[in-house]
Amino acid sequence: MRQSLAVTFNGFELEGVSVRSGGRTRLDDVSLQIPAEGITVLAGASGAGKSTLLRLLNRLDIPTEGTIRWRGTSLDQIDVLEHRRDVGMVFQQPTVVPGTVADNLRLADPDLSDAEAIMLLEAAALAAGFLDRDASALSGGERQRVCFARTLATRPTVVLADEPTASLDPDATTVVEDVVSELAHPDRSGRVAWIWVSHDRQQTERLADRVITLAEGRVIGVTR
Amino acid sequence: MIAANQADIGLSGLALSGVLVGVALAISMARRLGLTRDLIAAALRALVQLLIVGAALALVIDDNDPLIWTWLWLAAMVAFASWTVGRRAPEVPGVRLLALGAFTAAGAVSLGVLFGLGIFDPTGRAIIPLAGMTVGNSMTGTVLASRRIVAEARDNRHLIEARLAVGLPGREAFAPHLRESLRTALVPQIESTKAVGIIALPGAMTGLILAGVDPVDAVRVQVAVMYLVLGSVATSTSVVALGLTRGIFTSDHRLKDLGSEVSGDSHRD
Repeated sequence: MRQSLAVTFNGFELEGVSVRSGGRTRLDDVSLQIPAEGITVLAGASGAGKSTLLRLLNRLDIPTEGTIRWRGTSLDQIDVLEHRRDVGMVFQQPTVVPGTVADNLRLADPDLSDAEAIMLLEAAALAAGFLDRDASALSGGERQRVCFARTLATRPTVVLADEPTASLDPDATTVVEDVVSELAHPDRSGRVAWIWVSHDRQQTERLADRVITLAEGRVIGVTR
Repeated sequence: MIAANQADIGLSGLALSGVLVGVALAISMARRLGLTRDLIAAALRALVQLLIVGAALALVIDDNDPLIWTWLWLAAMVAFASWTVGRRAPEVPGVRLLALGAFTAAGAVSLGVLFGLGIFDPTGRAIIPLAGMTVGNSMTGTVLASRRIVAEARDNRHLIEARLAVGLPGREAFAPHLRESLRTALVPQIESTKAVGIIALPGAMTGLILAGVDPVDAVRVQVAVMYLVLGSVATSTSVVALGLTRGIFTSDHRLKDLGSEVSGDSHRD
């Protein structure tokens, strides 16, 4: 038997992926590679299929057709709960669970010490004093950064972010973008790659190491 | 003349009680509520249904009848109740089968305690009314719990998916919402148990007193029945909760599409 010399791709590979639901084609025969490094922005107008694609990568949804591989292994061969910890997800609305900020962080890691929790908060540009605050009483930008910190608590390789600044004001957006750029920085130890959905062209220019543009469920461009 | 045994009001007593239906009809007509036809239909339907049930019960609860008839009666009761739950909670996936399991479990636990511990003798006369109480009350609890569970899952998709996204299994991601749903289903039962005797005299006790049983004896039976109801509602709603929690998630911990959301962030473009 001939030994394969192929190098395993470090990231997501999609092959002929389609999603159809409710009589609509949300993704149509998408084949694509998304590396697990830097910041990849999924761009496109509303209805292009960006969020659908992102949910597939976290396995909150599965494709109607096609295969998705993560680091060379088909997603349906990977333990879904481990995969979701390795590939975190932040949603458009800052979704905190009832309780304190510490409760939210410990949802992702029940054994998290206070010192570790404070480090996560700092990574998300939040002061240590936030730890005991009621998460639902925070501003939108602060809650979204709590969501970032909670996602980082699983020590993910990649974070999927579904327009996480869509409901934030410009100042809060700037803070979040700075946090993400810092976390993805190639010189940072324990850096995190991001796959970021945005329909904001200026934000895409500010953040993206590469841009994948979708329209009507198909990939229409990949730029670096 | 009404008989000395208050349980036997005779045909004349039954006919005279119809005066009260007449009062309801008079109010409906005087206030132009448009309920005259419904009131007559309801009164007649109740009479016919209960006469049929009474006649059928007379055939199966005689102490000389074999218990097989009692069990067949129970099976029909459980099947009909499950079908009714399906009709009342059409948005709940697989609810008929779940209800069937829930009523069977509630019946086994509650009746097992009552007859297994010798609180009542296992005769048709005891089994059928007690099982009727079990299934009837479980049915209300099951409808309430199952509809609440699906509504909680649908309305809190964003919170549940936030928990799934950090690697929690479906069961854990839904646990806080399940607790809330079960509380919603059980609290009315607990409240009505608390209020009993103060606000209303319960049916079983009233029936026994009218039948000439000593009130203290009637109270003992009633309390046992209330505990039966509490236990059976708790059991049936737990079975439904367990089954539905499995039913609303796929085997790979994805929350199924449960219809339109009230809120959430699953905007998909």
